Amino acid sequence: MAIIRTENLTYVYGDGTPFRKVAVDNVNLSIDEGEFVGVIGHTGSGKSTLIQHLNGLLQPTSGSVYIDGEKLWEDKKRLRDIRFKVGLVFQYPEYQLFEETVYKDIAFGPKNMGLSDDEIDRRIRETARMVGIKEELFDKSPFELSGGQKRRVAIAGVMAMEPKVLILDEPASGLDPKGRDKILGQIREYHKEKKNTVLLVSHSMEDVAKHAGKILVMNNASLYCYDTPVNVFAKASELSAMGLAVPQITRVFKRLDQMGCNIGEEVYTVDFAKNLMLKLLNRNNNMEE
Amino acid sequence: MCMNSFLQAENLKFSYINNIEEPPVRTEVLHGVSLDVKKGEFVALLGHNGSGKSTLAKCFNAINIADEGKVYACGFDASLEENLFPIRQRVGMVFQNPDNQIVATIVEEDVAFALENMGVEPAEIRRRVDEALKTVGMYEYRGHAPHKLSGGQKQRVAIAGILAMKPQVVLLDEPTAMLDPSGRAEVMKTIKMLKEEMCVTIVLITHYMEEAAQADRIVVIDNGSIVMDDVPKRIFSQVEKMKSIGLDVPQVTELCYLLRQQGVDLPEDIITEDECVEALSKLLLKK
Repeated sequence: MAIIRTENLTYVYGDGTPFRKVAVDNVNLSIDEGEFVGVIGHTGSGKSTLIQHLNGLLQPTSGSVYIDGEKLWEDKKRLRDIRFKVGLVFQYPEYQLFEETVYKDIAFGPKNMGLSDDEIDRRIRETARMVGIKEELFDKSPFELSGGQKRRVAIAGVMAMEPKVLILDEPASGLDPKGRDKILGQIREYHKEKKNTVLLVSHSMEDVAKHAGKILVMNNASLYCYDTPVNVFAKASELSAMGLAVPQITRVFKRLDQMGCNIGEEVYTVDFAKNLMLKLLNRNNNMEE
Repeated sequence: MCMNSFLQAENLKFSYINNIEEPPVRTEVLHGVSLDVKKGEFVALLGHNGSGKSTLAKCFNAINIADEGKVYACGFDASLEENLFPIRQRVGMVFQNPDNQIVATIVEEDVAFALENMGVEPAEIRRRVDEALKTVGMYEYRGHAPHKLSGGQKQRVAIAGILAMKPQVVLLDEPTAMLDPSGRAEVMKTIKMLKEEMCVTIVLITHYMEEAAQADRIVVIDNGSIVMDDVPKRIFSQVEKMKSIGLDVPQVTELCYLLRQQGVDLPEDIITEDECVEALSKLLLKK
């Protein structure tokens, strides 16, 4: 069943002023429960505006959004509950830490949900473990932590609300390669363990290719496509024309194919490329014999 | 000191002092770094978060002053107070967040900011601002408000603000970290143009290995010491070492490394897309 559905979703900024801009244009989308979705699009393509609709931060100019079968904005009193279902982690979430201790900061969301202290405690310990924050850090001020740790505490604070949908806007930006792999690996583990729906907004095609099961591409305020990585990266030249860089490895195999190397498959991760190359070389050797 | 060196560090040590604790806690971040950067060189500085690479860059324009050892920038001793202004005028710095370094409400006024502070004649300011904006391809936007620009455009305005000072060295501390792929490409194109056409010495801090691969030389810093210093080909061919430091290699380098491990005959120094396509096509089209 679709956990997220939009119908003719349209949003216009600054309507009636000279700065009027259609940021999301008639988007129809249906995302099934349990998907790991990579969201890509160039700056200004409307992807941030789109995700802000999914937990009711923005109200559509026209069209509608359904979360878990329930239409948003029909009854404003229901918005609070719906927001608990859709957790949104903004870009650079470490700037949103504010509590005295790491423990209290992670507890803030669950506390607002009115959970019991035992349940809050269980969730804090569980999510801290998932994002690799040791319990020794619980009594420290979040401001004493390193940048990467701060970011993981901020993400844990949203995960602890156990939202059915977790949306992360560029969770790895500004991190070094190891920090990036760590945080994305933890998000993938969370997805595997909780079987929740995850939307990962990213500028890095390499990261999206490595982690996502489906890819959503926004272009000029419209939904360009929502499909599997294989089908999305098959449109490498269209994506490049939109200012999106396909993974380096995808470009290499496209060029090999054009040179007559008979690749025959869409390549978007290094591991897949390795296995494919070995298979192709084997085939060539067998032909020699 | 060596006359060819534009930036020079000799056994440089630097510590941060945390005064909140009692007694104050001293953390040494750079443990005796020695580095020479030559005029016109394009050096990429790599290292994981907290390795000391930004601290080192800030020693070169006298934001940080060495505790021990010597730092020279364009021949000026960075430890002497009277050299502060000459160094800052010659060694410009561009930071990560475009929004933190734009001060004016109009693009051309922002580019003129440093020149006004330096007391440059108005006619000369006009000339230099126009020239700098043309260089980074932002001249048509000279009358625009900076907050309406994209991230890549803002970074180019920040670079123009530095260029207007006619610097000999530009230090860039992760200038592309907050940009999308097309913004990153715009900034990289600008950086390469500075080097090739204006002979500006470049030090680029980045986490993007494809960007570092475009430099003349890569310096890798780990836990406050320089651990590798070589041309990109010889740095990236050490795949295991790079990964052990928490860094990465370009995807094409990684693929060739994995294939070599499986006994496929490929050169060790493939770091660009073109080289990879050529090497793989040779293998596949043999027959």
